[in-house]
Amino acid sequence: MYAVNFLILGALLFALGVFGVIARRNAVMVLMSIELILNAVNVNLIAFALMNDSAEGHVFALYVIAVAAAEVGVGLAMVLMIYRNRRSIALDELSALKG
Amino acid sequence: MSALFAADVNVAQNVGFYIIAAVMLYGAVRIVSTRNVVHAALWLVLVLGGVAAQYVLAAAEFVAVSQVMVYIGAVMVLFLFGIMLTRATIGSEDGLNNRGWGLGIPVALLLAGTMIWVIVDEYGSSVIESPDGPMPTTALSDVFLREGLVPFLALSFVLLAAAIGAIVLARKD
Amino acid sequence: MSMLAATLSSGWFLENAWLIPLIPAIGFVLIILFGKRMPQGGSEVGLVSMAASLAIAIGATVQWIQRVNSASAEGEHALGGFFGFARAIVPTATEEGGHSAAFVEPVVRTWTWWQSGGLEFGVGQHIDGLAIMLLLLVTFISLLVQIYSTEYVSGDRRFTHFFAALTLFSAGMLVMVLAENMIQLILGWEIMGLCSFMLIGHWWEETANSKAALKAFFTVRVGDVGLLVGTAVIFFGANDWAVERGSNGFSIRAISAWALSGEASNSVLFWGGVALFIAAIGKSGQFPLHTWLPDAMAGPTPVSSLLHSSTMVVAGVFLVARVYPVFFVGFDILDTAVNLITIIGGITIIAAAALAFVQDDIKKVLAYSTVSQLGYMMLGLGVGAWLPAVFHIFTHAFFKCALFLAAGSVSHSGSHHSFDMKKDMGGLARKMPVTATTWMISTAALCGIPFFSGFFSKDEIIDNASHNGYQFFYWVGLIGAAMTAAYMTRATYLTFFGKARGAAAGEHHDDHADDHADDHGADHGHDAHGHDDHHDAHAGPHESPWRITAPLVILATLAIFSGYLNAPAVGTHYFTDWVEPVGVAVEADALHSAGDEGHALGLAAVTAEEGGYSEGCGFSDPAEGTVCYAPKLSHAVFSWSKAAPSILLVAFGISISAWLSMGVFGDRRNPLKGLTSRSGIARRGHAFLVNKYYLDHLYEGVIVRAVAYPMAKAAYWINQNILDGIVNGVGRSGRSTGEWVYRNLDQRVVDGAVNASGFIASETGHALQPVQSGKVNQYGALLFGAATVGAIVLILVNI
Repeated sequence: MYAVNFLILGALLFALGVFGVIARRNAVMVLMSIELILNAVNVNLIAFALMNDSAEGHVFALYVIAVAAAEVGVGLAMVLMIYRNRRSIALDELSALKG
Repeated sequence: MSALFAADVNVAQNVGFYIIAAVMLYGAVRIVSTRNVVHAALWLVLVLGGVAAQYVLAAAEFVAVSQVMVYIGAVMVLFLFGIMLTRATIGSEDGLNNRGWGLGIPVALLLAGTMIWVIVDEYGSSVIESPDGPMPTTALSDVFLREGLVPFLALSFVLLAAAIGAIVLARKD
Repeated sequence: MSMLAATLSSGWFLENAWLIPLIPAIGFVLIILFGKRMPQGGSEVGLVSMAASLAIAIGATVQWIQRVNSASAEGEHALGGFFGFARAIVPTATEEGGHSAAFVEPVVRTWTWWQSGGLEFGVGQHIDGLAIMLLLLVTFISLLVQIYSTEYVSGDRRFTHFFAALTLFSAGMLVMVLAENMIQLILGWEIMGLCSFMLIGHWWEETANSKAALKAFFTVRVGDVGLLVGTAVIFFGANDWAVERGSNGFSIRAISAWALSGEASNSVLFWGGVALFIAAIGKSGQFPLHTWLPDAMAGPTPVSSLLHSSTMVVAGVFLVARVYPVFFVGFDILDTAVNLITIIGGITIIAAAALAFVQDDIKKVLAYSTVSQLGYMMLGLGVGAWLPAVFHIFTHAFFKCALFLAAGSVSHSGSHHSFDMKKDMGGLARKMPVTATTWMISTAALCGIPFFSGFFSKDEIIDNASHNGYQFFYWVGLIGAAMTAAYMTRATYLTFFGKARGAAAGEHHDDHADDHADDHGADHGHDAHGHDDHHDAHAGPHESPWRITAPLVILATLAIFSGYLNAPAVGTHYFTDWVEPVGVAVEADALHSAGDEGHALGLAAVTAEEGGYSEGCGFSDPAEGTVCYAPKLSHAVFSWSKAAPSILLVAFGISISAWLSMGVFGDRRNPLKGLTSRSGIARRGHAFLVNKYYLDHLYEGVIVRAVAYPMAKAAYWINQNILDGIVNGVGRSGRSTGEWVYRNLDQRVVDGAVNASGFIASETGHALQPVQSGKVNQYGALLFGAATVGAIVLILVNI
């Protein structure tokens, strides 16, 4: 099995996730794209663990899964709050940080 | 294609990988291009399931099971609830993309190109030996409870904080 | 009784000194959980836990003194009696020019806290003279302040939380004091920072208070970065050396020994020392970062007296004293005439003392005085006067705490919760005799009038500065002493003498809103909250109740007598014997043998060479197989003739200031009256000081604006231009280019250069403006795009 397989798959998933983060207007969709990015990273971690025959990569992937779960929880709670306050979750309407 | 059938390469494994990878990539493209939020969530299920399948191929069974349980079991439910509670249109809608969404294409292409170039340059010819079997769970637990103990504890705090934070944020009053 | 004696002689208290911070920590949890349901609102838990800690600290102190005495008896039968006064008076241990006293092994115990990646992090106790001194001091003053607080904040709406935070603070400070390693020290340090924040902002409903709390937190935080960096630098320097000897690079003992071993790299010591000193600057309110401390007076007065004068703010000084070998070697303290510590300390002494002159708020006078006195401690450490500096921590804690509590007493019962000396005080000496007397005694101690405690400590610092070759800072210290005397005289006169004004004259503010509306209202803490209900019964100024005066009397008594622990004028040097680590080399296995049964008395000390100042620990590397834990420092010999200049200057300061105060603030007509409104120079000088050297303006105005202003301009530009489109933009930039060329051709070179630089700056700002769109997606695109470009650059560079 070639190492590049996993790594290129990870890279492509990552790039698609990045595209989603940039292009999507709906906050939930952006969160989904972030999940894609995190999974791309996990694929890479597992691939490297396979190459080095070590357990650390697996452990790290599990850490990432846990952090991702936490991130989705907080992220969706924030989205809900924004929706309650503004009746919309379109990100381009949220520009309070505009300098 | 001749490399696919080289002696030291497990053909079945590679073929399986390509099929799953193709499905995953198609799903990922659909996630970022579909006009229907619910469909995007369902495509995401497909991609996450594909990732789990790839883990199995890569001898990471424990991670694969965790992936299924956490992502497909929990995270996806959260997403679906999030979609319902924010009253997204069930069915296709316009305006899911920004006005400047075109900017994403060059950035993503540049990013993918750079990474693929580096990966091919570095790992282009390296072949992974077929693993003798799945990574034993005891090996993982050893790492968790030795070198990884402090991050493990820290992570449990993160999860606790996230749970509390989510409750506080989403509470009505 | 016999059981007590047995316990005392067994070393139990020293072994179990870790209980001292643990008890208040448990007390804190109890107060938080159950305090509101208790009859006294949780204050009883705080009082009991502090009393228990104090009891253990006293036991530990007694045992430490026994240990020191029996170590110096060396085989002789250790004298009976807990204190062994007879031994300490006879100068067997101390001789002129240095100690030849026996090495006293600190009581070190460690437990593994957690381990990660092969590195073990411990918690433990490291009890030596310095730790014992501060343990006793902190528990004692905490107890007194808590007693005082039961009256002072009674009826407050967050009474329980107040006591919880006070108790947690004590726990944090005690954890830091007996810390065995740097990690534990950082833990205690951060707990203190948190409590300081909570207590300054105790009455956060007023914007000024919560702002002051935030300012304190963030300013100290700037310094705290130094603590982390310094700890890391020292760790990477010391770890290999320490691991070889069975310890690790976080252990305070190992760090000290490594710094003095001669194997430490000087640049590591220097930069580690600089980083740690930045932490000390932040915590102890030294010159560039001192601005938070006066603002911290927005907190309740007990908080000011406990945290922001006597205990927490000396944490920075303690840090320097704790790992003194790092600074001693890193800054090459005895071979230079100037170093970073003395510069910062010297500037702080003079700058803060000058600021204290123009304050109208009595607590701010004391705050600047604290800053100035902390400068003395730093100066002392900087000039190699370790013991006098530590002794000054000790004496200063008593008299400055007493001063703050007296100020609180005045506002509580004398001036109707005002702290404004000019508006609401004056002539209170007759109305509040106890408060006035204790204030005056503490003032005398602070000014350094002979035979009060401050004289013995401050004079030692000044004397040793010249003894160790820091002649310039000798004069800085003397001038600072005169200034101290002068501003304290002014404050004393304004508060207790002259004509009664405002509330002190019995005028009642009809409404507290009056108080808030005046122009000083935003500046100082109003301790009025929660008092209004039961205070209207009082008519005019009167003496405070016993729970306020009792701590005052105790502290004032100590402000006189604590100095006699180390008064060379009368030939006592207990403090030196008990606290100063002896700078002799000891057998190297001491580093780790002190594990769990570290009470083997008097480890065989290798005899230190007698005589020269250039030998012994810190001057020559310890012999093979031995380590040093402290540099061998010599002390200046006291003589009245050397003390005379400072006594004269103090007398001069007091008399000039008294004369001026009476002239300016008294009834008689005087040419000095209204000087600042008549003379331009005097007014500008006054304004310069009132504005605290414009440091706040520098921080908030210039630095913040330099960052925020371009952004604001950027926003404006977007509004103007994005919509106008490219054509307009091209025209605009064409026109500006034309103007730029025109101006440069037309104007003179200097003008042109000035204009051009401004123009370039603003054009750069314009160019960056579109970035700040406020749209998350666009930020994401920039982030990933920039990361990609950065990666490509890296790849190209590496090919």
